[in-house]
Amino acid sequence: MTGTDTLTPTDTGRSSLPLRAPQLPSYAPALAAAICFGLSTLAGLLLGWGPIAIVLLGWVLLVLGLPAWSSAVEGSRKATDRLVTTVAWSVFALAMVPLVSLVYEVISRGHGVLSAQFFTYDMRGVLGEGGGIYHALMGTLIITAMAAIISVPIGVLAAVYLVEYGGKNRLARMITFLVDVMTGIPSIVAGLFAFALFTMIFGPGVRFGIGGAVALSVLMVPTVVRSTEEMLKLVPDELREASYALGVPKWRTIVKVVLPTALGGIATGVTLAIARVAGETAPLLIIVGSTTTLNLNPFDGRMATLPVFIYSSVTTGGKYNLEQLDRAWGAALVLVAIVMLLNLLARGIGALFAPKSGR
Amino acid sequence: MAKSIDVSDLNIYYGDFLAVQGVNMTIRAQAVTAFIGPSGCGKSTFLRSLNRMHEVIPGARVEGKVVVDGQSLYDPGVDPVAVRRQIGMVFQRPNPFPTMSIYDNVLAGNKLNSKRMKKSEADDIVERSLRGANLWNEVKDRLAKPGMGLSGGQQQRLCIARAIAVEPQILLMDEPCSALDPISTSAIEDLIHELKSDYTIVIVTHNMQQAARVSDDTGFFNLKGAGQPGHLVEFNPTKKMFTNPDNESTEAYISGRFG
Repeated sequence: MTGTDTLTPTDTGRSSLPLRAPQLPSYAPALAAAICFGLSTLAGLLLGWGPIAIVLLGWVLLVLGLPAWSSAVEGSRKATDRLVTTVAWSVFALAMVPLVSLVYEVISRGHGVLSAQFFTYDMRGVLGEGGGIYHALMGTLIITAMAAIISVPIGVLAAVYLVEYGGKNRLARMITFLVDVMTGIPSIVAGLFAFALFTMIFGPGVRFGIGGAVALSVLMVPTVVRSTEEMLKLVPDELREASYALGVPKWRTIVKVVLPTALGGIATGVTLAIARVAGETAPLLIIVGSTTTLNLNPFDGRMATLPVFIYSSVTTGGKYNLEQLDRAWGAALVLVAIVMLLNLLARGIGALFAPKSGR
Repeated sequence: MAKSIDVSDLNIYYGDFLAVQGVNMTIRAQAVTAFIGPSGCGKSTFLRSLNRMHEVIPGARVEGKVVVDGQSLYDPGVDPVAVRRQIGMVFQRPNPFPTMSIYDNVLAGNKLNSKRMKKSEADDIVERSLRGANLWNEVKDRLAKPGMGLSGGQQQRLCIARAIAVEPQILLMDEPCSALDPISTSAIEDLIHELKSDYTIVIVTHNMQQAARVSDDTGFFNLKGAGQPGHLVEFNPTKKMFTNPDNESTEAYISGRFG
């Protein structure tokens, strides 16, 4: 057998070069969605269905109809693509439903109570209308800040050890395992831990802000370790070698080359960890307690915090239930705003410290 | 200020694996020495052992002696950090520090070691190093811009400027042109010619023509077989190496009849 035989092109199906194929117009998905949901609305109105049934019917029509149309015009590969695209968009929309409805609910119920007084007054002696969340806001800010002060150095240094010094030795593997376990600790257990710890030291019935900060830092440390570790691993070894080759000792290389290069990512991770614990309720309920007056000293006495304030406002009940509910929604709005601000801050910090290409 | 290097009976291990065996050579001061050989034969490993950079890799160790200016680099009292201050290194891929400007990148060796200096002194070092690396005219108007914004060839010259800013005795280059285009390569080869008067230069290259163009002495490394340690086959003046090598396998490798 000679080589040329196998290379001779056969005539079947190779005479033409089919690059063009029939295609649905670009507005086809929108049109199909409009038709499907229009049909289902019509059917729903005629049969007296509820909105959920209408949406469900429209979705089923769309998932079946658009690929069928595409299959008739464009062929099976594009039909599969349309089907998967439709499913992906639907799942995305489904995921957005709780988020959007939560934000909408919090804003619509919470914005009414917001006023200068709401932010500057505490709840001392207030039963019905009036009062504010100043004490809870300050409590949340102080306790969260102290939790960050405790957990950021511990977390970042632990990650530096794991990435730069530990390698794969026994201690490093043990720390990694314990950090993984700590990530899954329920927040109430962290609260109990802090409560037990400080009861052991200061006797029974102890309540103060720093205990809450300790409980929150138990929750924060694993997140900080994890995110910092990932960021440090992303720093290329070439940079470390470049620094060593200039006669720079290892610790200076870490402080002046590795950490600055990873700073954007670390700051983002830390800010997200703070945002995560700012809304914790259970540990604070146990170890910090609640109060109606302003207490700025985290080392002495109960402090109010936004999550606990919301919890107690909702659960107290009684004659002034409506006013309390209003304040709870207002506090919830403030809490969501704080968390959102922290997230925006994290993005800003990440962009600010990201290594610049100058192009 | 350049110094020569004497290597005797050097074995380099990664854990239990003997990577390079029995190297003996004298690298002359104020000359360019090139190492050639197939991939994996231990050229880079040997080069890194000359300033103890291979110790960055866990489990790497050496036996034998590397003597620079009468001092053995592997004596117990020798600080690897001090060794690397005297023996600079340029890597295969340009690696300027991404968080620093061009100016700060050149000064990195001084700044990272917290050396205090006046602004005028720092400016002097930056200008001298960048001129030394043939980069000054291209970047003098944008010293405050990030080093990562330069082209690949410029970045590599920035790395050379960074290495010579700390005024080492010896400059090691690990395939400095393999990621660069011919024009940048020629710029760096010209630079190597100029640097020769002040530094002892050791360069690893895969490009035989480059070795012939830039070097005074050439060492050929080879493997005896797969899994065997690399060893130095021949070490001779470049002219002799490329016209009339002592060893048959050297001639085979240089003329492309290898393997």
